[in-house]
Amino acid sequence: MNSPSLTEEDVRHIARLAALRIDDDEVETMRSQLSDILAHFQTLAELDTEGVPPTGHTTDAHSVMRDDEDMPALDREQTLANAPFVDGEFVRVRPVME
Amino acid sequence: MTEPSPETHASAREMRAKYETGETTVRETALAHLERIEKVDKHTHAFLTVLDEDQIIAQADAADEMIKSGEASALTGIPFLIKDNISTDGIRTTAASKILDGYVPPFDATVVSRLKDAGAIILGKGNLDEFAMGSSNENSAFGPVINPWGNNRVPGGSSGGAAAAVAAGETAIALGSDTGGSIRQPASLCGVVGFKPTYGTVSRYGLIAFGSSLDQIGPIARTVADCADTANTISGRDPLDSTSLDLDLDFTEYLDRDIDGKRIGVPREYLVEGIEPGVRSAFDASIAVLEGLGAIVEETNLPLTDHALAVYYIIAPSEASANLARFDGVKYGMSIEGEPNARESIEATRGSGFGPEVKRRILIGTYALSAGYYDAYYKKAQQVRTLIRREFQDAFQKFDALVMPTSPTVAFELGEKTQDPFQMYLSDVCTIPVNIAGLPGISVPCGLSEGLPVGLQVVAPQLGDRTALQIAHAYEQSANWKLTPPEL
Repeated sequence: MNSPSLTEEDVRHIARLAALRIDDDEVETMRSQLSDILAHFQTLAELDTEGVPPTGHTTDAHSVMRDDEDMPALDREQTLANAPFVDGEFVRVRPVME
Repeated sequence: MTEPSPETHASAREMRAKYETGETTVRETALAHLERIEKVDKHTHAFLTVLDEDQIIAQADAADEMIKSGEASALTGIPFLIKDNISTDGIRTTAASKILDGYVPPFDATVVSRLKDAGAIILGKGNLDEFAMGSSNENSAFGPVINPWGNNRVPGGSSGGAAAAVAAGETAIALGSDTGGSIRQPASLCGVVGFKPTYGTVSRYGLIAFGSSLDQIGPIARTVADCADTANTISGRDPLDSTSLDLDLDFTEYLDRDIDGKRIGVPREYLVEGIEPGVRSAFDASIAVLEGLGAIVEETNLPLTDHALAVYYIIAPSEASANLARFDGVKYGMSIEGEPNARESIEATRGSGFGPEVKRRILIGTYALSAGYYDAYYKKAQQVRTLIRREFQDAFQKFDALVMPTSPTVAFELGEKTQDPFQMYLSDVCTIPVNIAGLPGISVPCGLSEGLPVGLQVVAPQLGDRTALQIAHAYEQSANWKLTPPEL
Protein backbone atom coordinates (compact mmCIF):
# COMPACT_ATOMS: atom_id res chain seq x y z
CA MET A 1 0.00 0.00 0.00
CA ASN A 2 1.29 3.41 -0.93
CA SER A 3 0.90 6.20 1.55
CA PRO A 4 -2.58 7.46 0.81
CA SER A 5 -3.19 11.15 0.90
CA LEU A 6 -6.90 11.51 0.51
CA THR A 7 -8.43 14.25 -1.58
CA GLU A 8 -11.59 16.09 -0.62
CA GLU A 9 -13.27 14.20 -3.43
CA ASP A 10 -12.20 10.89 -1.83
CA VAL A 11 -13.77 11.96 1.46
CA ARG A 12 -17.04 12.87 -0.26
CA HIS A 13 -17.03 9.54 -2.06
CA ILE A 14 -16.46 7.51 1.14
CA ALA A 15 -19.10 9.54 2.95
CA ARG A 16 -21.54 8.77 0.16
CA LEU A 17 -20.75 5.04 0.47
CA ALA A 18 -21.39 5.30 4.21
CA ALA A 19 -24.67 7.24 3.72
CA LEU A 20 -23.22 10.01 5.86
CA ARG A 21 -23.80 13.65 5.00
CA ILE A 22 -20.64 15.66 5.59
CA ASP A 23 -20.87 19.44 5.64
CA ASP A 24 -18.54 21.37 3.34
CA ASP A 25 -16.72 22.81 6.34
CA GLU A 26 -16.12 19.31 7.77
CA VAL A 27 -14.57 17.91 4.60
CA GLU A 28 -11.10 19.42 4.90
CA THR A 29 -10.76 18.51 8.59
CA MET A 30 -11.83 14.95 7.89
CA ARG A 31 -9.51 14.75 4.89
CA SER A 32 -6.49 15.78 6.91
CA GLN A 33 -7.34 13.65 9.98
CA LEU A 34 -8.14 10.54 7.95
CA SER A 35 -4.95 10.92 5.88
CA ASP A 36 -2.96 11.17 9.09
CA ILE A 37 -4.61 8.06 10.55
CA LEU A 38 -4.15 6.07 7.33
CA ALA A 39 -0.46 7.01 7.28
CA HIS A 40 -0.05 5.27 10.65
CA PHE A 41 -1.44 2.08 9.12
CA GLN A 42 1.50 1.87 6.69
CA THR A 43 3.63 0.05 9.27
CA LEU A 44 1.64 -3.12 8.55
CA ALA A 45 3.15 -3.26 5.06
CA GLU A 46 6.52 -4.13 6.70
CA LEU A 47 5.15 -7.46 7.87
CA ASP A 48 5.25 -10.56 5.73
CA THR A 49 1.79 -12.11 5.84
CA GLU A 50 2.13 -14.37 2.83
CA GLY A 51 0.02 -17.46 3.47
CA VAL A 52 -1.13 -16.31 6.92
CA PRO A 53 -4.85 -17.04 7.42
CA PRO A 54 -6.93 -14.04 8.51
CA THR A 55 -8.52 -13.99 11.98
CA GLY A 56 -12.17 -12.95 11.87
CA HIS A 57 -12.85 -13.72 15.49
CA THR A 58 -10.91 -15.34 18.30
CA THR A 59 -13.08 -18.22 19.44
CA ASP A 60 -13.27 -21.48 17.57
CA ALA A 61 -17.03 -21.26 17.24
CA HIS A 62 -18.31 -21.94 13.74
CA SER A 63 -21.67 -21.18 12.22
CA VAL A 64 -24.17 -21.82 14.99
CA MET A 65 -27.72 -22.58 13.97
CA ARG A 66 -30.65 -23.00 16.32
CA ASP A 67 -33.65 -25.20 15.69
CA ASP A 68 -36.41 -23.46 13.79
CA GLU A 69 -38.82 -23.08 16.69
CA ASP A 70 -41.31 -20.38 17.58
CA MET A 71 -39.78 -17.82 19.90
CA PRO A 72 -41.36 -14.85 21.60
CA ALA A 73 -41.00 -11.72 19.49
CA LEU A 74 -40.70 -8.13 20.64
CA ASP A 75 -43.91 -6.42 21.67
CA ARG A 76 -45.28 -4.68 18.56
CA GLU A 77 -46.68 -1.62 20.30
CA GLN A 78 -43.53 -1.04 22.36
CA THR A 79 -41.31 -1.58 19.32
CA LEU A 80 -43.30 0.71 17.02
CA ALA A 81 -43.29 3.36 19.73
CA ASN A 82 -39.61 3.92 18.90
CA ALA A 83 -40.16 4.60 15.20
CA PRO A 84 -40.17 8.28 14.23
CA PHE A 85 -42.99 7.80 11.67
CA VAL A 86 -45.64 5.14 12.03
CA ASP A 87 -48.76 4.43 10.01
CA GLY A 88 -50.99 1.91 11.79
CA GLU A 89 -48.95 -1.26 12.21
CA PHE A 90 -46.29 -0.06 9.79
CA VAL A 91 -43.15 2.04 9.90
CA ARG A 92 -43.43 4.82 7.34
CA VAL A 93 -40.40 5.77 5.22
CA ARG A 94 -39.64 8.42 2.61
CA PRO A 95 -40.02 7.29 -1.01
CA VAL A 96 -37.21 5.03 -2.20
CA MET A 97 -38.08 5.37 -5.90
CA GLU A 98 -38.86 8.71 -7.46
CA MET B 1 -31.76 11.95 55.31
CA THR B 2 -28.41 11.25 56.90
CA GLU B 3 -24.88 12.17 55.90
CA PRO B 4 -23.38 10.17 53.03
CA SER B 5 -23.01 6.71 54.45
CA PRO B 6 -19.76 4.73 54.53
CA GLU B 7 -21.98 2.11 52.86
CA THR B 8 -21.40 3.92 49.59
CA HIS B 9 -17.67 3.19 49.63
CA ALA B 10 -17.80 -0.44 50.77
CA SER B 11 -17.11 -3.39 48.52
CA ALA B 12 -20.07 -5.46 47.38
CA ARG B 13 -18.91 -8.35 49.53
CA GLU B 14 -18.86 -6.06 52.59
CA MET B 15 -22.38 -4.90 51.73
CA ARG B 16 -23.59 -8.47 51.40
CA ALA B 17 -22.11 -9.39 54.79
CA LYS B 18 -24.05 -6.55 56.41
CA TYR B 19 -27.29 -7.65 54.74
CA GLU B 20 -26.79 -11.17 56.05
CA THR B 21 -26.23 -10.05 59.64
CA GLY B 22 -29.10 -7.58 59.42
CA GLU B 23 -26.76 -4.69 60.20
CA THR B 24 -28.26 -2.88 57.24
CA THR B 25 -30.94 -3.46 54.62
CA VAL B 26 -30.80 -3.23 50.86
CA ARG B 27 -33.33 -0.41 51.00
CA GLU B 28 -31.07 1.67 53.28
CA THR B 29 -28.06 0.99 51.10
CA ALA B 30 -29.88 1.73 47.87
CA LEU B 31 -31.23 5.01 49.24
CA ALA B 32 -27.76 5.97 50.53
CA HIS B 33 -26.51 5.54 46.97
CA LEU B 34 -29.34 7.61 45.54
CA GLU B 35 -28.49 10.35 48.01
CA ARG B 36 -24.82 10.08 47.08
CA ILE B 37 -25.68 10.41 43.38
CA GLU B 38 -27.75 13.50 44.11
CA LYS B 39 -24.80 14.99 45.96
CA VAL B 40 -21.88 14.21 43.68
CA ASP B 41 -23.14 13.46 40.18
CA LYS B 42 -23.31 17.16 39.38
CA HIS B 43 -19.51 17.06 39.69
CA THR B 44 -18.83 13.74 37.95
CA HIS B 45 -21.68 13.59 35.41
CA ALA B 46 -21.26 9.81 35.52
CA PHE B 47 -24.97 9.01 35.11
CA LEU B 48 -27.06 9.77 32.03
CA THR B 49 -30.23 8.37 33.60
CA VAL B 50 -31.00 7.78 37.27
CA LEU B 51 -34.07 5.69 38.04
CA ASP B 52 -36.85 7.18 40.18
CA GLU B 53 -36.71 6.58 43.91
CA ASP B 54 -39.87 4.45 43.62
CA GLN B 55 -38.27 2.17 41.04
CA ILE B 56 -35.15 1.76 43.18
CA ILE B 57 -37.13 1.07 46.35
CA ALA B 58 -39.20 -1.59 44.56
CA GLN B 59 -36.02 -3.41 43.50
CA ALA B 60 -34.48 -3.01 46.97
CA ASP B 61 -37.53 -4.36 48.78
CA ALA B 62 -37.62 -7.38 46.47
CA ALA B 63 -33.92 -7.99 47.24
CA ASP B 64 -34.50 -7.66 50.99
CA GLU B 65 -37.26 -10.25 50.59
CA MET B 66 -34.86 -12.61 48.75
CA ILE B 67 -32.33 -12.25 51.56
CA LYS B 68 -34.96 -12.96 54.24
CA SER B 69 -36.20 -16.04 52.45
CA GLY B 70 -32.68 -17.42 51.93
CA GLU B 71 -32.70 -17.03 48.12
CA ALA B 72 -29.88 -14.50 47.99
CA SER B 73 -26.75 -14.89 45.88
CA ALA B 74 -23.54 -12.85 45.60
CA LEU B 75 -25.10 -9.83 43.90
CA THR B 76 -28.45 -9.67 45.68
CA GLY B 77 -29.00 -6.11 46.83
CA ILE B 78 -25.81 -4.78 45.23
CA PRO B 79 -26.20 -1.40 43.49
CA PHE B 80 -25.23 -1.30 39.81
CA LEU B 81 -24.75 1.29 37.12
CA ILE B 82 -25.23 -0.01 33.58
CA LYS B 83 -23.20 1.61 30.80
CA ASP B 84 -25.66 3.27 28.47
CA ASN B 85 -24.78 1.16 25.43
CA ILE B 86 -26.35 -1.85 27.18
CA SER B 87 -30.08 -2.22 26.54
CA THR B 88 -32.51 -1.92 29.43
CA ASP B 89 -36.18 -2.72 28.98
CA GLY B 90 -38.26 0.43 29.44
CA ILE B 91 -35.26 2.61 30.36
CA ARG B 92 -33.93 4.96 27.69
CA THR B 93 -30.66 3.78 26.20
CA THR B 94 -28.67 6.42 24.36
CA ALA B 95 -25.15 5.09 23.68
CA ALA B 96 -24.40 8.78 24.43
CA SER B 97 -25.47 9.60 20.88
CA LYS B 98 -27.99 12.10 19.57
CA ILE B 99 -29.00 9.59 16.91
CA LEU B 100 -30.70 7.41 19.54
CA ASP B 101 -32.69 10.34 20.91
CA GLY B 102 -35.88 9.05 22.54
CA TYR B 103 -35.02 5.36 22.12
CA VAL B 104 -36.47 3.06 24.80
CA PRO B 105 -35.48 -0.59 24.28
CA PRO B 106 -38.33 -3.10 24.38
CA PHE B 107 -36.00 -5.74 25.85
CA ASP B 108 -33.18 -6.28 28.35
CA ALA B 109 -29.65 -7.23 27.39
CA THR B 110 -28.91 -10.75 28.66
CA VAL B 111 -26.46 -9.37 31.24
CA VAL B 112 -29.19 -7.09 32.58
CA SER B 113 -31.76 -9.86 32.90
CA ARG B 114 -29.17 -11.99 34.70
CA LEU B 115 -28.45 -9.16 37.15
CA LYS B 116 -32.18 -8.69 37.73
CA ASP B 117 -32.67 -12.42 38.34
CA ALA B 118 -29.87 -12.26 40.92
CA GLY B 119 -31.62 -9.41 42.75
CA ALA B 120 -29.05 -6.73 41.91
CA ILE B 121 -30.24 -3.11 42.13
CA ILE B 122 -30.09 -1.09 38.92
CA LEU B 123 -29.58 2.56 39.83
CA GLY B 124 -29.35 3.94 36.32
CA LYS B 125 -27.36 4.27 33.13
CA GLY B 126 -23.76 5.42 32.77
CA ASN B 127 -22.20 8.08 30.58
CA LEU B 128 -19.73 6.96 27.89
CA ASP B 129 -18.02 8.03 24.72
CA GLU B 130 -20.57 7.99 21.89
CA PHE B 131 -21.06 4.35 20.83
CA ALA B 132 -18.09 3.49 23.11
CA MET B 133 -15.69 5.20 20.71
CA GLY B 134 -13.16 7.13 22.72
CA SER B 135 -10.60 7.05 25.51
CA SER B 136 -11.59 10.08 27.57
CA ASN B 137 -15.40 10.21 27.66
CA GLU B 138 -15.18 13.57 25.90
CA ASN B 139 -17.07 12.14 22.90
CA SER B 140 -20.37 11.88 24.79
CA ALA B 141 -23.17 13.87 23.14
CA PHE B 142 -24.32 14.68 26.69
CA GLY B 143 -21.04 16.20 27.90
CA PRO B 144 -17.96 14.66 29.47
CA VAL B 145 -17.57 12.77 32.73
CA ILE B 146 -15.17 14.37 35.21
CA ASN B 147 -12.70 12.15 37.04
CA PRO B 148 -13.38 12.36 40.80
CA TRP B 149 -9.61 12.36 41.34
CA GLY B 150 -9.04 15.73 39.68
CA ASN B 151 -11.25 18.63 38.75
CA ASN B 152 -10.11 19.01 35.20
CA ARG B 153 -9.13 15.40 34.51
CA VAL B 154 -10.79 12.90 32.20
CA PRO B 155 -11.98 9.58 33.66
CA GLY B 156 -10.74 7.65 30.63
CA GLY B 157 -13.09 5.93 28.26
CA SER B 158 -15.18 4.71 26.92
CA SER B 159 -16.74 3.42 30.17
CA GLY B 160 -15.89 6.72 31.88
CA GLY B 161 -19.19 7.06 33.73
CA ALA B 162 -18.91 3.49 35.02
CA ALA B 163 -15.41 3.98 36.42
CA ALA B 164 -16.06 7.46 37.83
CA ALA B 165 -19.28 6.35 39.54
CA VAL B 166 -17.54 3.46 41.31
CA ALA B 167 -14.65 5.72 42.36
CA ALA B 168 -17.00 8.43 43.66
CA GLY B 169 -19.20 6.06 45.68
CA GLU B 170 -22.24 6.47 43.41
CA THR B 171 -22.50 2.73 42.79
CA ALA B 172 -20.81 -0.40 44.12
CA ILE B 173 -20.31 -2.04 40.73
CA ALA B 174 -20.81 -0.99 37.12
CA LEU B 175 -21.16 -2.95 33.92
CA GLY B 176 -19.00 -1.60 31.14
CA SER B 177 -17.96 -2.79 27.71
CA ASP B 178 -14.43 -3.19 26.42
CA THR B 179 -13.55 -3.15 22.71
CA GLY B 180 -9.98 -1.85 22.97
CA GLY B 181 -9.60 -1.08 26.66
CA SER B 182 -12.86 0.67 27.51
CA ILE B 183 -13.23 -1.11 30.86
CA ARG B 184 -9.58 -1.36 31.92
CA GLN B 185 -8.26 2.08 30.91
CA PRO B 186 -10.97 4.11 32.74
CA ALA B 187 -10.69 1.78 35.75
CA SER B 188 -6.97 2.55 35.78
CA LEU B 189 -7.48 6.30 35.49
CA CYS B 190 -10.13 6.33 38.26
CA GLY B 191 -8.32 4.04 40.73
CA VAL B 192 -10.78 1.12 40.61
CA VAL B 193 -10.72 -2.47 39.30
CA GLY B 194 -11.85 -3.26 35.74
CA PHE B 195 -12.12 -6.75 34.28
CA LYS B 196 -12.53 -7.75 30.63
CA PRO B 197 -13.24 -11.48 30.47
CA THR B 198 -12.19 -13.74 27.60
CA TYR B 199 -14.12 -12.94 24.43
CA GLY B 200 -17.22 -15.13 24.31
CA THR B 201 -17.62 -15.76 28.03
CA VAL B 202 -20.28 -13.04 28.43
CA SER B 203 -23.26 -12.67 26.10
CA ARG B 204 -23.28 -9.55 23.93
CA TYR B 205 -27.02 -9.76 23.29
CA GLY B 206 -28.41 -6.28 23.89
CA LEU B 207 -25.01 -4.57 23.81
CA ILE B 208 -25.15 -1.91 21.11
CA ALA B 209 -22.54 -3.34 18.77
CA PHE B 210 -19.31 -1.46 18.00
CA GLY B 211 -16.66 -3.99 16.94
CA SER B 212 -18.38 -7.35 17.21
CA SER B 213 -15.22 -9.49 17.14
CA LEU B 214 -13.69 -7.36 19.92
CA ASP B 215 -16.58 -6.20 22.15
CA GLN B 216 -16.95 -7.78 25.56
CA ILE B 217 -19.04 -6.78 28.57
CA GLY B 218 -17.43 -6.85 32.01
CA PRO B 219 -17.48 -5.30 35.48
CA ILE B 220 -15.85 -2.27 37.08
CA ALA B 221 -15.79 -2.54 40.88
CA ARG B 222 -13.81 -1.71 44.02
CA THR B 223 -12.28 -5.16 44.41
CA VAL B 224 -11.13 -8.06 42.28
CA ALA B 225 -13.50 -10.38 44.19
CA ASP B 226 -16.49 -8.18 43.29
CA CYS B 227 -15.44 -8.41 39.63
CA ALA B 228 -15.24 -12.21 39.88
CA ASP B 229 -18.69 -12.42 41.52
CA THR B 230 -20.15 -10.24 38.78
CA ALA B 231 -18.54 -12.32 36.04
CA ASN B 232 -20.06 -15.44 37.58
CA THR B 233 -23.52 -13.90 37.40
CA ILE B 234 -23.39 -12.47 33.89
CA SER B 235 -21.36 -15.13 32.06
CA GLY B 236 -22.42 -18.36 30.39
CA ARG B 237 -23.95 -19.58 27.18
CA ASP B 238 -26.79 -17.51 25.77
CA PRO B 239 -28.79 -18.80 22.80
CA LEU B 240 -29.30 -15.16 21.76
CA ASP B 241 -25.54 -14.65 21.17
CA SER B 242 -24.13 -17.33 18.89
CA THR B 243 -20.55 -16.37 19.85
CA SER B 244 -21.18 -17.00 23.55
CA LEU B 245 -19.26 -20.00 24.84
CA ASP B 246 -20.87 -22.98 26.52
CA LEU B 247 -18.78 -23.01 29.68
CA ASP B 248 -19.42 -23.11 33.37
CA LEU B 249 -16.46 -21.20 34.78
CA ASP B 250 -16.34 -20.25 38.46
CA PHE B 251 -14.40 -16.99 38.23
CA THR B 252 -13.84 -16.94 42.00
CA GLU B 253 -12.28 -20.40 42.09
CA TYR B 254 -8.58 -19.40 42.29
CA LEU B 255 -8.98 -16.16 44.27
CA ASP B 256 -7.64 -17.52 47.51
CA ARG B 257 -4.77 -19.51 46.04
CA ASP B 258 -1.30 -18.06 46.50
CA ILE B 259 0.82 -17.12 43.49
CA ASP B 260 4.04 -18.68 44.71
CA GLY B 261 5.90 -20.02 41.69
CA LYS B 262 3.62 -18.35 39.10
CA ARG B 263 5.58 -17.42 36.01
CA ILE B 264 4.88 -13.82 35.01
CA GLY B 265 6.25 -12.09 31.91
CA VAL B 266 6.83 -8.37 31.45
CA PRO B 267 6.87 -7.52 27.73
CA ARG B 268 9.47 -4.80 27.15
CA GLU B 269 7.48 -3.23 24.31
CA TYR B 270 4.92 -1.91 26.82
CA LEU B 271 7.54 0.00 28.81
CA VAL B 272 9.10 2.23 26.22
CA GLU B 273 7.64 5.10 24.28
CA GLY B 274 5.32 7.57 25.97
CA ILE B 275 5.19 5.96 29.40
CA GLU B 276 5.22 8.52 32.21
CA PRO B 277 8.01 8.15 34.80
CA GLY B 278 5.49 8.03 37.65
CA VAL B 279 3.57 5.23 35.93
CA ARG B 280 6.83 3.37 35.36
CA SER B 281 7.89 3.61 38.99
CA ALA B 282 4.46 2.50 40.30
CA PHE B 283 4.62 -0.43 37.88
CA ASP B 284 8.15 -1.36 38.98
CA ALA B 285 7.04 -1.29 42.61
CA SER B 286 4.12 -3.59 41.79
CA ILE B 287 6.55 -6.09 40.24
CA ALA B 288 8.46 -6.12 43.54
CA VAL B 289 5.19 -6.93 45.35
CA LEU B 290 4.48 -9.84 42.98
CA GLU B 291 8.02 -11.14 43.48
CA GLY B 292 7.56 -10.80 47.22
CA LEU B 293 4.56 -13.13 46.87
CA GLY B 294 6.75 -15.73 45.22
CA ALA B 295 5.99 -15.05 41.57
CA ILE B 296 8.84 -15.53 39.11
CA VAL B 297 8.91 -12.36 37.02
CA GLU B 298 10.96 -12.13 33.83
CA GLU B 299 11.20 -9.67 30.98
CA THR B 300 10.15 -10.89 27.56
CA ASN B 301 9.53 -9.57 24.06
CA LEU B 302 6.33 -9.21 22.06
CA PRO B 303 7.66 -7.40 18.99
CA LEU B 304 4.31 -7.25 17.17
CA THR B 305 2.91 -5.03 19.94
CA ASP B 306 3.90 -2.00 17.88
CA HIS B 307 1.52 -3.08 15.13
CA ALA B 308 -1.49 -3.72 17.34
CA LEU B 309 -2.76 -0.14 17.19
CA ALA B 310 -2.87 -0.16 13.39
CA VAL B 311 -4.60 -3.56 13.35
CA TYR B 312 -7.17 -2.32 15.85
CA TYR B 313 -7.89 0.96 14.10
CA ILE B 314 -8.58 -0.91 10.88
CA ILE B 315 -10.62 -3.80 12.28
CA ALA B 316 -12.70 -1.93 14.88
CA PRO B 317 -13.81 0.88 12.53
CA SER B 318 -14.49 -1.63 9.74
CA GLU B 319 -16.81 -3.59 11.99
CA ALA B 320 -18.28 -0.36 13.33
CA SER B 321 -19.05 0.95 9.86
CA ALA B 322 -21.15 -2.16 9.24
CA ASN B 323 -22.73 -2.25 12.72
CA LEU B 324 -23.69 1.43 12.65
CA ALA B 325 -25.40 1.10 9.26
CA ARG B 326 -28.57 0.26 11.22
CA PHE B 327 -28.93 3.82 12.50
CA ASP B 328 -30.98 5.28 9.68
CA GLY B 329 -33.72 7.25 11.42
CA VAL B 330 -36.37 4.78 10.26
CA LYS B 331 -36.89 2.27 13.06
CA TYR B 332 -35.90 4.30 16.12
CA GLY B 333 -34.10 7.41 17.25
CA MET B 334 -33.98 10.84 15.64
CA SER B 335 -35.00 11.44 12.05
CA ILE B 336 -34.44 14.53 9.94
CA GLU B 337 -37.59 15.60 8.15
CA GLY B 338 -38.06 17.47 4.92
CA GLU B 339 -35.71 15.48 2.69
CA PRO B 340 -37.01 14.47 -0.74
CA ASN B 341 -36.33 10.72 -0.53
CA ALA B 342 -35.19 7.86 1.69
CA ARG B 343 -31.51 8.10 0.72
CA GLU B 344 -31.28 11.84 1.46
CA SER B 345 -33.26 11.40 4.65
CA ILE B 346 -30.89 8.69 5.91
CA GLU B 347 -27.78 10.68 4.97
CA ALA B 348 -29.12 13.80 6.68
CA THR B 349 -30.10 11.90 9.83
CA ARG B 350 -26.71 10.18 10.12
CA GLY B 351 -24.80 13.37 9.29
CA SER B 352 -26.58 15.25 12.02
CA GLY B 353 -26.99 12.43 14.56
CA PHE B 354 -23.43 11.12 14.79
CA GLY B 355 -20.63 13.07 16.46
CA PRO B 356 -17.21 13.72 14.88
CA GLU B 357 -15.33 10.68 16.26
CA VAL B 358 -18.08 8.29 15.22
CA LYS B 359 -18.08 9.82 11.74
CA ARG B 360 -14.30 9.49 11.53
CA ARG B 361 -14.47 5.82 12.40
CA ILE B 362 -17.34 5.09 10.02
CA LEU B 363 -15.32 6.75 7.25
CA ILE B 364 -12.10 4.89 8.11
CA GLY B 365 -13.98 1.60 8.21
CA THR B 366 -15.88 2.27 4.99
CA TYR B 367 -12.61 3.15 3.27
CA ALA B 368 -10.82 0.05 4.59
CA LEU B 369 -13.64 -2.19 3.35
CA SER B 370 -14.15 -0.46 0.01
CA ALA B 371 -13.29 -1.97 -3.38
CA GLY B 372 -9.58 -1.82 -4.09
CA TYR B 373 -8.54 -1.27 -0.46
CA TYR B 374 -9.98 -4.35 1.25
CA ASP B 375 -6.86 -6.52 0.75
CA ALA B 376 -4.42 -3.81 1.70
CA TYR B 377 -6.22 -2.82 4.89
CA TYR B 378 -8.89 -5.14 6.26
CA LYS B 379 -7.45 -8.45 5.08
CA LYS B 380 -3.91 -7.39 5.98
CA ALA B 381 -5.06 -6.36 9.47
CA GLN B 382 -6.83 -9.69 9.96
CA GLN B 383 -3.66 -11.54 8.95
CA VAL B 384 -1.53 -9.53 11.36
CA ARG B 385 -4.22 -10.28 13.95
CA THR B 386 -3.38 -13.95 13.46
CA LEU B 387 0.33 -13.20 13.98
CA ILE B 388 -0.41 -11.25 17.17
CA ARG B 389 -2.53 -14.14 18.51
CA ARG B 390 0.30 -16.57 17.77
CA GLU B 391 2.81 -14.31 19.50
CA PHE B 392 0.66 -14.32 22.65
CA GLN B 393 0.17 -18.09 22.41
CA ASP B 394 3.95 -18.54 22.26
CA ALA B 395 4.45 -16.26 25.26
CA PHE B 396 1.91 -18.24 27.26
CA GLN B 397 3.92 -21.40 26.65
CA LYS B 398 6.45 -19.83 28.96
CA PHE B 399 4.33 -17.65 31.26
CA ASP B 400 1.12 -18.08 33.25
CA ALA B 401 0.36 -14.41 32.79
CA LEU B 402 1.76 -11.14 31.48
CA VAL B 403 1.75 -7.84 33.33
CA MET B 404 2.13 -4.30 32.07
CA PRO B 405 0.77 -0.83 32.91
CA THR B 406 -2.88 -0.48 31.89
CA SER B 407 -2.30 3.02 30.56
CA PRO B 408 0.96 4.78 29.70
CA THR B 409 -0.27 7.91 31.50
CA VAL B 410 -2.39 8.93 34.45
CA ALA B 411 -5.66 10.79 33.83
CA PHE B 412 -4.96 13.67 31.44
CA GLU B 413 -6.66 17.04 31.30
CA LEU B 414 -9.91 17.65 29.51
CA GLY B 415 -9.21 18.94 26.01
CA GLU B 416 -5.58 17.83 26.09
CA LYS B 417 -5.91 15.29 23.27
CA THR B 418 -9.13 16.21 21.49
CA GLN B 419 -7.44 18.05 18.62
CA ASP B 420 -5.38 15.08 17.48
CA PRO B 421 -7.36 11.83 17.11
CA PHE B 422 -4.23 9.70 16.81
CA GLN B 423 -2.78 11.00 20.09
CA MET B 424 -6.05 9.97 21.73
CA TYR B 425 -5.81 6.51 20.16
CA LEU B 426 -2.40 6.04 21.81
CA SER B 427 -4.13 6.08 25.22
CA ASP B 428 -5.19 2.49 24.52
CA VAL B 429 -1.84 1.21 23.34
CA CYS B 430 -1.45 -1.12 26.36
CA THR B 431 -4.99 -2.51 26.32
CA ILE B 432 -5.76 -3.00 22.60
CA PRO B 433 -3.60 -6.12 22.00
CA VAL B 434 -5.69 -8.00 24.58
CA ASN B 435 -8.88 -7.48 22.55
CA ILE B 436 -7.16 -8.35 19.29
CA ALA B 437 -6.26 -11.75 20.72
CA GLY B 438 -9.55 -12.20 22.65
CA LEU B 439 -7.70 -12.57 25.97
CA PRO B 440 -8.88 -11.82 29.50
CA GLY B 441 -7.35 -8.72 31.12
CA ILE B 442 -7.81 -6.96 34.42
CA SER B 443 -6.65 -3.59 35.71
CA VAL B 444 -6.06 -3.22 39.43
CA PRO B 445 -4.91 -0.03 41.18
CA CYS B 446 -1.15 0.03 41.87
CA GLY B 447 -0.60 3.42 43.49
CA LEU B 448 -0.58 7.09 42.64
CA SER B 449 1.55 9.29 40.42
CA GLU B 450 1.24 13.03 40.97
CA GLY B 451 -1.84 12.32 43.08
CA LEU B 452 -3.59 10.36 40.31
CA PRO B 453 -4.19 6.60 40.13
CA VAL B 454 -2.04 4.14 38.18
CA GLY B 455 -3.28 0.71 37.07
CA LEU B 456 -1.50 -2.63 36.82
CA GLN B 457 -2.80 -4.85 34.01
CA VAL B 458 -2.73 -8.64 34.29
CA VAL B 459 -3.31 -10.59 31.07
CA ALA B 460 -3.82 -14.35 30.86
CA PRO B 461 -4.32 -16.82 28.01
CA GLN B 462 -7.80 -17.34 26.55
CA LEU B 463 -10.05 -18.80 29.26
CA GLY B 464 -7.29 -18.19 31.81
CA ASP B 465 -9.58 -15.62 33.46
CA ARG B 466 -9.23 -17.29 36.86
CA THR B 467 -5.45 -16.94 36.74
CA ALA B 468 -5.67 -13.24 35.86
CA LEU B 469 -8.11 -12.71 38.73
CA GLN B 470 -5.94 -14.78 41.09
CA ILE B 471 -2.81 -12.72 40.43
CA ALA B 472 -4.71 -9.42 40.57
CA HIS B 473 -6.37 -10.48 43.83
CA ALA B 474 -3.09 -11.57 45.41
CA TYR B 475 -1.52 -8.24 44.42
CA GLU B 476 -4.52 -6.26 45.68
CA GLN B 477 -4.55 -8.02 49.06
CA SER B 478 -0.82 -7.60 49.52
CA ALA B 479 -0.50 -3.98 48.31
CA ASN B 480 -3.73 -3.00 50.11
CA TRP B 481 -4.04 0.42 48.43
CA LYS B 482 -7.74 1.18 49.11
CA LEU B 483 -7.55 4.35 47.03
CA THR B 484 -10.31 6.86 47.71
CA PRO B 485 -10.52 10.13 45.79
CA PRO B 486 -10.65 13.41 47.71
CA GLU B 487 -14.19 14.36 48.77
CA LEU B 488 -16.02 16.22 46.00
